[in-house]
Amino acid sequence: MKKLIAEGYQPIDTLIKPNTNNPWSWKDKLFLGLTPKDYMKQLFRNPFNWILAIIYAVGIPILVGRFIFGLGWATHGSYDYPWGLFLGWGLFVMVPLSASGFMMGTTVELFGRKDFKPIERLGLLNGLLGYFFAVVFLQVDLGQPWRLVYPMFVSLGPAAVLFLVAWHVATYLSVQIAELVPATSELMGWVKPKKFIKSIVLGLTIAGIILSTLHQGALGALFTYAPGKVHPLWYSAAFQWFHFFCSSIFGGLSMLIVVSTLSKWFLQWRCDANFSKNLDKITLGIAKGCSMALITYLVIKLVALAHDNEWGYLLTSWGQLYIFEIIAGSIVPLVLFTMAIRTGRAGLARFAAFIAVFGIALNRLNTALIAFNWHLYQEIPHWREFVIAITVYATYIVVYRAVLYRLPILYTWQGDSK
Amino acid sequence: MKKLNRRNFIKGSLAGGIATVAASGKAKKASAAGGDFGGYPESMGVLVDMTKCIGCRTCEAACNKEQGLPEPDKPFDDYSVFDEHRHGGLPRRTTEKAYTVVNRYNVEGRDHPLFRKFQCNHCNEPACLTSCFVNAYTKTPEGAVIYNPKVCVGCRTCMVACPFYVPAYSFTSAINPVVKKCIMCYDTRLKFGRPPACVESCPQGVMTFGKRKDLIALAHQKIEGNPGKYVDHLYGEHEVGGTSWMYLSDVPFDKIGFDMHLGKEPIISYVKDFLAMVPMVLCIWPALFTGFHLLSTRKQANKEESPKA
Repeated sequence: MKKLIAEGYQPIDTLIKPNTNNPWSWKDKLFLGLTPKDYMKQLFRNPFNWILAIIYAVGIPILVGRFIFGLGWATHGSYDYPWGLFLGWGLFVMVPLSASGFMMGTTVELFGRKDFKPIERLGLLNGLLGYFFAVVFLQVDLGQPWRLVYPMFVSLGPAAVLFLVAWHVATYLSVQIAELVPATSELMGWVKPKKFIKSIVLGLTIAGIILSTLHQGALGALFTYAPGKVHPLWYSAAFQWFHFFCSSIFGGLSMLIVVSTLSKWFLQWRCDANFSKNLDKITLGIAKGCSMALITYLVIKLVALAHDNEWGYLLTSWGQLYIFEIIAGSIVPLVLFTMAIRTGRAGLARFAAFIAVFGIALNRLNTALIAFNWHLYQEIPHWREFVIAITVYATYIVVYRAVLYRLPILYTWQGDSK
Repeated sequence: MKKLNRRNFIKGSLAGGIATVAASGKAKKASAAGGDFGGYPESMGVLVDMTKCIGCRTCEAACNKEQGLPEPDKPFDDYSVFDEHRHGGLPRRTTEKAYTVVNRYNVEGRDHPLFRKFQCNHCNEPACLTSCFVNAYTKTPEGAVIYNPKVCVGCRTCMVACPFYVPAYSFTSAINPVVKKCIMCYDTRLKFGRPPACVESCPQGVMTFGKRKDLIALAHQKIEGNPGKYVDHLYGEHEVGGTSWMYLSDVPFDKIGFDMHLGKEPIISYVKDFLAMVPMVLCIWPALFTGFHLLSTRKQANKEESPKA
């Protein structure tokens, strides 16, 4: 892409081809305004695509194998450890990192902070794709994925926490698709859908807050079914849902900083001035949100320790892991975010965001896998589990990048569409 | 005959009144606590007297036949299975091919080993049932916890939720993996009032089949009637809200692999903190956040108003 830009290439940001009266065809939009030949050329030039090719060459046969030979072939799923990396990573880590959608919706549409507008759509997209791929991970993990709609229409178990998760994730996915209709409308030149969504945006945003509060919390509440199995330091019947909900706030925001940073580094050609110029200021603004959520999270973690009187566990080896998680995953990013805000250094906030994302992943993996069955034995996921997880995650990145290339997410549409 | 004078009348009616208030208060409290279920009153159960078990594995064989399970790797008269250990040095457990297993425990100070039969305990308020989002589980009035494989999606939350690690899953099947566990021979026996196959097959009379409440009385009689023989604890009477299968032992339960930290509350009561919060969020959030919106856009609204004023 850098080479193309140097040659004078201009990415599509209008309905009409510049210097003509002809509209861009859907083919042009698909190939980024390049000829198919040039498009293929830039695909091959990108070294990242070669890494993807290797991942797919190894991963796709194994992913297919999982559906032919069953979960027992692909995973170390056992009677004692029913859940492995697909849910541990794909559901419990991906969902909190996708909380950015409702956070940005709330900030811009509900609190009226229009200064965050340039990054709003990136937040929404990060939410939508994260949720969508969490469902993909779920489909890989479910014993009978073709029965996914059973809890909705065939046999209902409304008292179960997972019932709530299923319904809320499904409804929230539709909400997020609706919230991204304006971006699609602009690219496609539709007028009515965009107008319609604009008229109901407040309702959508509030629906997003409700659904997010509940299903982010519900993912934590899932573990309250296993009071004896999850280590007491990661378990709290009273606060589990709040731990998961509160940490999803800085998780989602930090992920948004990470994604915007990656876009700034690798997709500079697609970012317009409005995005690039405001990004540092916006990053610091988001960092403020992160630091507030982090301090709340730390306090409520402390309260949970005191509530169940679990201080004694801190002196065990589990306690060391817990303390490491709290310090490296929450306190360090909190300090760095605060320093970044005080000194106005967006780069430092970006660094802190990377650490906070790592902290969330560590917390969720600790709860779901490492501190689960703490009095039994440790289970290490099968290598095929890792390969499949990497393959699905690579697909997430591919789709993410493909959308950022085309839809007006990082840039503002210059067309007539109102 | 005692004369009913005014004073006695008042006393009596006061006492009666207090009793009524107390009783109704109690009833209200019970319903306010979410209606503690406590199990079906006529539920059947099994009392296992582990002191009698000799580890002959006849019950395992009977279960295998009754449930039409695949042939085991080692025949049921092969006692080397007692030396087998699975991952983590743990004894054998139920699998998709065996709904019940007997394990041997060598307990210090006991002259011969103790054998423990393991299968689904059929809880009064089963965690598997309350965690299932497609309602695949049913607690029948007879006491069995049964499972409908036709609606199971395969999320395996029931396996995470079960405090006894009972449900097994056919991980090897790609087309139709399902949960596999003891159903107390519900389809073939319990429904018709007959005891499960394992109970009937036992040559030692280790297991007693009967109404759960009768079994509780029987167990306490046994404990009290044989001082020093049994540990004074009926495992399953109160654990996680009570189970249909209950156990008597002559050695402390934690020495023979029983989890003594499960508490008396059914698993669902740990989840209620969250479940109670759900309707609040659903009702309060819309008004609250619309309020925030009005508040945060008030300056703009004032601006639009002021020129008219």
